[in-house]
Amino acid sequence: MAFYRPARWQKPFAFTVLCALLALPGLMEIFDQSYYIGFATRVLIFALAASSLNLVLGFGGMVSLGHAAFFGIGAYVAAICQQGGIVEGLLAFPLAMGVAGLFALLVGALSLRTRGVYFIMITLAFAQMVYYLFISARAWGGDDGLPLSERMQFAGLSLTDDKVLFYVALGLLTAIMLLLGRLADARFGRTIQAIRENETRMEALGYPVFRYRLVCFALGGAIAGLAGALLANLTGLASPALLQWTQSGTLLVMVIIGGVGYLYGGVVGALVLLLLEEFLLGFFAHWHIVLGLLLIGIVLFAPKGVAALFDKHRSQP
Amino acid sequence: MTAATNSAKNAPLLDVRGLSRRFAAVDALRDVNFSVEAGEVHALIGPNGAGKTTFIHHVSGALQADSGSIHFAGHDVTKLSMHRRVGAGMARSYQITNVFLGLSALDNVALAVQGRPDAGSSFRFWRPVRTEHALFDAAAGYLEQVGLRDKQQSIAGNLSHGEQRALELAMALATQPKMLLLDEPMAGTGPEESARMVELIEHLARHVTILLVEHDMDAVFRLADRISVLVNGQLICTGTPDAVKNDAGVRRAYLGDHL
Amino acid sequence: MTQLFLEQALNGLQFGLMLFLLAAGLTLVFGIMDCINLAHGSLYMVGAYFVAAAAQAADSFWIGLGAGVAGAAVLGLLLELTLFRQLYRRDHLSQVLATFALILIANETVRLIWGPAPLMLNPPEALSGPVEIAGFFYPAYRLVIIAFGLAVAGLLYLLVAKSRVGMWVRAGASNREMTEALGINVRGLFTAVFVFGAALCALAGGLLGPLLAVQVGMGESVLILAFVVIIIGGIGSIRGALVGALIVGTVDTLGRALLPTLLRALLPADAAATLGPALASILIYLLMAAILFFKPQGLFPARA
Ligand SMILES: Nc1ncnc2c1ncn2[C@@H]1O[C@H](COP(=O)(O)OP(=O)(O)OP(=O)(O)O)[C@@H](O)[C@H]1O
Ligand SMILES: [Mg+2]
Repeated sequence: MAFYRPARWQKPFAFTVLCALLALPGLMEIFDQSYYIGFATRVLIFALAASSLNLVLGFGGMVSLGHAAFFGIGAYVAAICQQGGIVEGLLAFPLAMGVAGLFALLVGALSLRTRGVYFIMITLAFAQMVYYLFISARAWGGDDGLPLSERMQFAGLSLTDDKVLFYVALGLLTAIMLLLGRLADARFGRTIQAIRENETRMEALGYPVFRYRLVCFALGGAIAGLAGALLANLTGLASPALLQWTQSGTLLVMVIIGGVGYLYGGVVGALVLLLLEEFLLGFFAHWHIVLGLLLIGIVLFAPKGVAALFDKHRSQP
Repeated sequence: MTAATNSAKNAPLLDVRGLSRRFAAVDALRDVNFSVEAGEVHALIGPNGAGKTTFIHHVSGALQADSGSIHFAGHDVTKLSMHRRVGAGMARSYQITNVFLGLSALDNVALAVQGRPDAGSSFRFWRPVRTEHALFDAAAGYLEQVGLRDKQQSIAGNLSHGEQRALELAMALATQPKMLLLDEPMAGTGPEESARMVELIEHLARHVTILLVEHDMDAVFRLADRISVLVNGQLICTGTPDAVKNDAGVRRAYLGDHL
Repeated sequence: MTQLFLEQALNGLQFGLMLFLLAAGLTLVFGIMDCINLAHGSLYMVGAYFVAAAAQAADSFWIGLGAGVAGAAVLGLLLELTLFRQLYRRDHLSQVLATFALILIANETVRLIWGPAPLMLNPPEALSGPVEIAGFFYPAYRLVIIAFGLAVAGLLYLLVAKSRVGMWVRAGASNREMTEALGINVRGLFTAVFVFGAALCALAGGLLGPLLAVQVGMGESVLILAFVVIIIGGIGSIRGALVGALIVGTVDTLGRALLPTLLRALLPADAAATLGPALASILIYLLMAAILFFKPQGLFPARA
C-alpha cells in the first residue's frame, strides 16, 4: 500500500457534496420525505465511526476488531450524561470522546505489544469484555440498554429537531474529516503510514513506534466515541448491540468497501453499506447472504476496495 | 577534563562482552567479545551463515541476546530498544535493501531527518510536511553526500539497486549517528557501483565510526583499520588487515578459499 | 457449600473441555497457517444444527452426532478447498473480511433453512437422569461430555505429541518455512488440520446442544471465548489450548456461581448486588489482560 495522496478532484468534489448536503433537509421536507433526514443522519454518524476506524486500520495499519467498544462507550456516556442532567453536547460529546479515548489508550497499551492474529483477537476480546460489562450492569439498563429521555442540546440548540441533529452531525463529520485530511499530510500521518509500511525500518530510524501507534489507536477510539454519542441522540438509546463485536465487523466492512487508507474510505463505505441495507432488506429479508458473497468477491477480486477502482495514480508498488 | 570523561574517551565506542544467542538448534553467536574504537573502520567478515547479520541485529537492538552486554558511548544499552539506541547514536543499513519504495528518495531521507530528536516531535497533526523546508533541505544535503542529488524526486522503487543502497546509507546518515552499522553495503551491486560505494564509505569514515560487514575482500582490505573474523558464531580473530591476512587459523577457517 | 463448589467445578471442567475442542482446531489454523478464522464459531453452529437435524431424522442422538460431525467435516473440506486455500497467503485483513462474510452467510442460511426458532436436541434417553457421586447428584449427560472431552484431549495429545503427522503439525506451528523446506506436503497438512478442526467444532456443538439452545448466533459468543483461550494459552500450542480452556472454563463457571456470594460476604449488599454479576461476567477478560501484561505471547508460546 502506498502513502495517501488525495486525487486532484477530491477537494472540489467533497466541497460540492457538502453544499448539496446542506440543502438536503430542506429538499426532503419539500418532497415530504422527512424520514430520510433521519436516515441521512445515520449515514453521517456511521461515516464518522467508519472514518475513525479507517484512521486506525487504513492509516495506522492496525487491524482492530474491537472498535465497536469505543463507539458503544460513546453512546453510553451520552446516555449517562443525559440522565444525569448534562444535556449540553458541547460538554457531553467531549466527555464521550475522552472516556472512549482513555479506554482505547488502555486497550491499546495492552494489545499493541502484540502483532498480527494476536492483536486482532485481543482487541476483539476486550470489546467483548465491555459488552458483557454493560449487559450485566443493571444500573445501566442491562440487556435493554440505557434510554435517553430526550435528545440533548448542542450550543443551546435542541437536537430534538431532526434537522438540527443532521446539521450538527454534518458539521462534526466535516470538522473531523478536515482534521484527518490535514493529519494524513502532517508529520503524524506520515509517521503512522510509514510505520504501517515498515515498522522495523521506522524503529531503526529512531522512531518510538509503539507510542505513535498508541496515540493513533486512542485518537481513533475517541472519534468513535463521538460518533456513538451522536448515535445515542439519534436513536434515543445507548444499546448494548452497539458494543457487539459484529458491530466492529460492520465498521470494518464499511472501511473495506470504501477503501482502506483513503481519506473518504469510511464515508463512502458507510453510505454504500447503509444504502444497500436500506433497499435490499426490503426485497430480500436474507440479504446478508448477498452481502456475504459480495464481500468474499471483494476479497478475492478487488482487494483494495471500491474507492481504489476509481483511483488511477495509486498504482505504485 | 575530569577523570570520568577521560576514561570514557579512552574506552571503545562500542564494547560487546560475552554476547551469546541461540536459535532453536543453531548457536548463532557464542560468547562474542568485540569492540569498535571511535574513529575506526572495523570490518566484520566471515563465511555465509557465520552470524554476522545476527550480530548486527543484536548490536542495533532488533534482537535481544540470551546473555552478554553491549555498551555504547559509555552507556549500557543491552536492554535498550532499537529506537533508543538510534537516539544514542547508532544507525544501520540493511543487507536486504529496506527503504520506503513508494516514496521519493527525498521523502525517504526527510522521514529519517524527521525522526531525529533535534527535529522536534512527530506528534504534529496540522501542518503539511511538505511545508517544513528545514526537513527537506537537510535531506537534500544527505542525498548530495551519497551522490543521489539528481534522483531526489525519483520514486525509491524505480531507483537502480546501487542507488537504493546509496539511499539506504543516506537515511542512516540522516539520523546523525556516531557509528554506522553497515550490513553488506556492496551486496548485489556491479563493479562500478561497488567502487563508488567504497569511495563513499572512505569519505564518510572521516566523520563517523563504521562497523562494516562485507564479503567483498578488496573493499574490506582497502577500507578497514581493523578486521574481526566470525566463524560459526565464534569470533576467532581480531587485528590489523595484515595480521588477519597472516593468521593461520583464519586462513584455515575462512580465507583459504579467497586468497 | 462444598457441594455447590464441587458441582460447579465439574461444570467448569465440562465447559473447559468443550472450549478445548473448539480452541484446538482454531489454534492450529492460526499457528500453522497464520490465518485468522472468524467463521470457526459458525462451524460450531452449523455443526450443532447438523447434529440436531440428523438426530431428529434418525431419532437417535448418537447417530445424529456421528452424521453431524461427518457433515461438518465435509463442509470444512469444501470450505478449505474453495476459499481458505486462497486466504492463507493473503493479509490478515482479507482473512478477517472473508471469514466475517462467512458468518453472515452461515447465519442467514441457517435462518433460511431452519427458521429463527431454536432447534431442540434431546440427550439420549438413558443419560437424561442424574447419577450420585460422592454424596450429591450430578446429571449423567454432563459426565458423558466430560468423558468425551477427556478422551478427545488424550487422543489429540497422543496425535500431536507422538505421531509423525503431529510432528509436522508442531514443526509447522513453530516454523512454517522450515516445514515447507523439508518437503512436507504442507497443502495436504493444512487441509487435514482444517477438516479436523471443523469436525471437533461439530462435536462440541452437538454435545453441548442438549444443554444450550441450538440457535442462530450461538457461534459468535463461543468463538470469542475460544479466542480468549488461545490468547491465554499461546497461538499454535495444543497444550496451551488445553490449559487455557480449563482455566477459562473453571474461572468463568466458578466466578459466576461463587463471586456474588463471596462479594456479599465482603461488601454491603447493595454494592455486591450491582458489582457481583458485572465482575463475574468479565472475570476471564481481566485474567486475560493480566496474563497479557506479563506474558504477551501467552503461557505456552509455540514460536520462540
Ligand atoms: N530468526 C532466526 N531463526 C533461526 N535461525 C536463524 C535466525 N536468524 C539467523 N539464523 C541462523 O543463524 C545463523 C547465522 O545467520 P546470519 O544471517 O547471521 O549469517 P550471516 O553471517 O549474516 O550470513 P550471510 O553472509 O549469508 O549474510 C544461520 O545459521 C541462520 O540460519
Ligand atoms: Mg548476513
